[in-house]
Amino acid sequence: MFKLLKYSLYDIVKSRFAILYTIFMILVAVSIYQVSEDMSKVSLSLLNIMLMIVPLIAAVFATTHFFNNLEFTELMLAQPVKRRDVFLSQVLAVVIMLSAAIVIGFGIPMILWGADSTVLTLLGIGIALSVVFAGLAFLASVLTRDKAKAIGISLSFWIYFSLIYDGFVLYLIYSFADYPLEKTTLGLVFFNPVDLGRIIMLMQLDISALMGYTGAFFQNFFGSAKGILLSSAMMLLWMLWPLGVAMRVFRKKDF
Amino acid sequence: MKAIFTLILTVLMAFPSGAETIRLRAGQSIKEAVNNASDGDTLLLSSGLYQENEIIIRKPLTILGESFPIIDGRDKGNIFLVAGENIHFKGIKIINTGKSNMDDSAGIKFFDSKNCSVDNVQLENTFFGLHFSNSSNMTITNNHLVSTAEKEYQTGNGIHLWKCKDSHIEKNYVKGHRDGIYLEFVTNTVSQGNFIEENNRYGLHFMFSHDNSYIKNTFKKNGAGVAVMYTKNVLMKENIFEENEGPSSYGILLKDISDSEVVGNIFRKNTIGIYMEGSSRTIFKNNSFNNNGWALKLMASCDQNTFEANNFFANTFDISTNGSLVLNKLQENYWDKYEGYDLDKDKIGDIPYRPISLFSVIVEKIPSAVILWRSFMVTLLDRMEKVIPSITPENMIDNSPKMKPYDFGTTNP
Repeated sequence: MFKLLKYSLYDIVKSRFAILYTIFMILVAVSIYQVSEDMSKVSLSLLNIMLMIVPLIAAVFATTHFFNNLEFTELMLAQPVKRRDVFLSQVLAVVIMLSAAIVIGFGIPMILWGADSTVLTLLGIGIALSVVFAGLAFLASVLTRDKAKAIGISLSFWIYFSLIYDGFVLYLIYSFADYPLEKTTLGLVFFNPVDLGRIIMLMQLDISALMGYTGAFFQNFFGSAKGILLSSAMMLLWMLWPLGVAMRVFRKKDF
Repeated sequence: MKAIFTLILTVLMAFPSGAETIRLRAGQSIKEAVNNASDGDTLLLSSGLYQENEIIIRKPLTILGESFPIIDGRDKGNIFLVAGENIHFKGIKIINTGKSNMDDSAGIKFFDSKNCSVDNVQLENTFFGLHFSNSSNMTITNNHLVSTAEKEYQTGNGIHLWKCKDSHIEKNYVKGHRDGIYLEFVTNTVSQGNFIEENNRYGLHFMFSHDNSYIKNTFKKNGAGVAVMYTKNVLMKENIFEENEGPSSYGILLKDISDSEVVGNIFRKNTIGIYMEGSSRTIFKNNSFNNNGWALKLMASCDQNTFEANNFFANTFDISTNGSLVLNKLQENYWDKYEGYDLDKDKIGDIPYRPISLFSVIVEKIPSAVILWRSFMVTLLDRMEKVIPSITPENMIDNSPKMKPYDFGTTNP
């Protein structure tokens, strides 16, 4: 297992993409820190990166990695190692690389210019979303045989969660405006990891607006221990289930 | 004739110079002392405990305390009842009035009085703190009022003026009452340098109180912020409204306020900075709005108000409104969300700024939509609306947005 992981990681680092991604993150973080003087503005700008770019790159990278390494995977499967280990080593390698890129990319500027709890939460959310979208990408990859198709599916996951889903929620809220929708919207949020991450951040950034009439309801929920526990549990579930399903498929897949 | 008149006046003036200072020891009856005192006397209270209530004063007297003697009302009725002229309170501590809405129990209650003052008095656990009705020329300075009631109905107002005029409320501290300062039918009064925090309802509450000024006061964390109604010709200058957070909390709520000026104030971390309804001809200038949920909620019932040269920083929403009619003017404000350019370098943006985003219109209609704030889709919608405005009110526009924030010399930007 560790040997497999070691080789996979070695492979990823060699692919140069990892280094490019890290450099990209550093550049983004540095430029944001340079432009805005205020911590809350820094976290605002970073929020968009974390919610949009990070999932996109995680999805695309995980898919391409899976297919680029397909031959290596097939070779490994011919060896007397567990299929589970082969799969997990691939997944872990990708997740470690994506997280490392975020931590190094944002960590260095943070050490230089300081950070607060908001920015640290943001980092956590970025890592969680990387895992979620890597998981979804692996799921897409094991379900198809074609690289292009798999990338297509991963991208549609991304578009769905970051755009279409919110549109749907907005439409729903608009159509049923006459009804009390607080609990419904709260429930809907749990079915989208991007929204979940975004709202955890909202609780820290837009506290004043959320103290408004309806916002207070969300604030009460997400501010309470129960809410924090439930939302982290839900995020964890989002990180685990695509990978779980993907592993199940992978174990039975006929290569 | 005039000389004789002057002479009589001088004699009259000289007469009270025989005023004595009567010293009371702890436990002695203040009531008795007041009855025995003659006009213009000073009652000097040595430090200690005086358990008394319903002390009625009808003649010019000065009640002076030596290192804050405590007058304990033992939870019964009012402590001082005052009706007269030239009555002064200084350096005493008043605690435990009755708790009744029937007689509005108060620490010191003035009726039909003139030229009186309350200076450096501490009030603790009083229902109403200082209660004035139908009085004029009152000076209320350096007092410290603290109530520990948890619910709104368990306490009265800190400084309460009803039908008063020409008064001065300065450097008082009010905490934990229902309203910090309450004025009704009060005219020509100045409130300055007061610190009003954590009151259960409003920090400042006035109605039908024309021609008053409020300068350099701080209103912080009050239950519903500050609410002022049905008044004209008000000056609000250099006040700080901060951390008034909650579903029905405002930095300041202006209802039917007209011909007034709101200048140089700071609104910080309020759910709603200013909420305006039915207000007209009011000028808002050099104010800073920082980190509010909504900097301004400007209802369509307001007209001819001018917002000029204000700073808007890091507010979630700059402005929202409830209709398409806009009869107010926005000019030369600084908006941190402005993304225009300035080719001719006159420090004023070349393209106008629209402070109302599409999403704030949606949130105004459907509050639960706030959950979608900062999502990619909402950002996209806002962008589209900026390019081709269709839903947001067309006239809510600042044609001359500033490129750089104003420096108002305040500590916080």
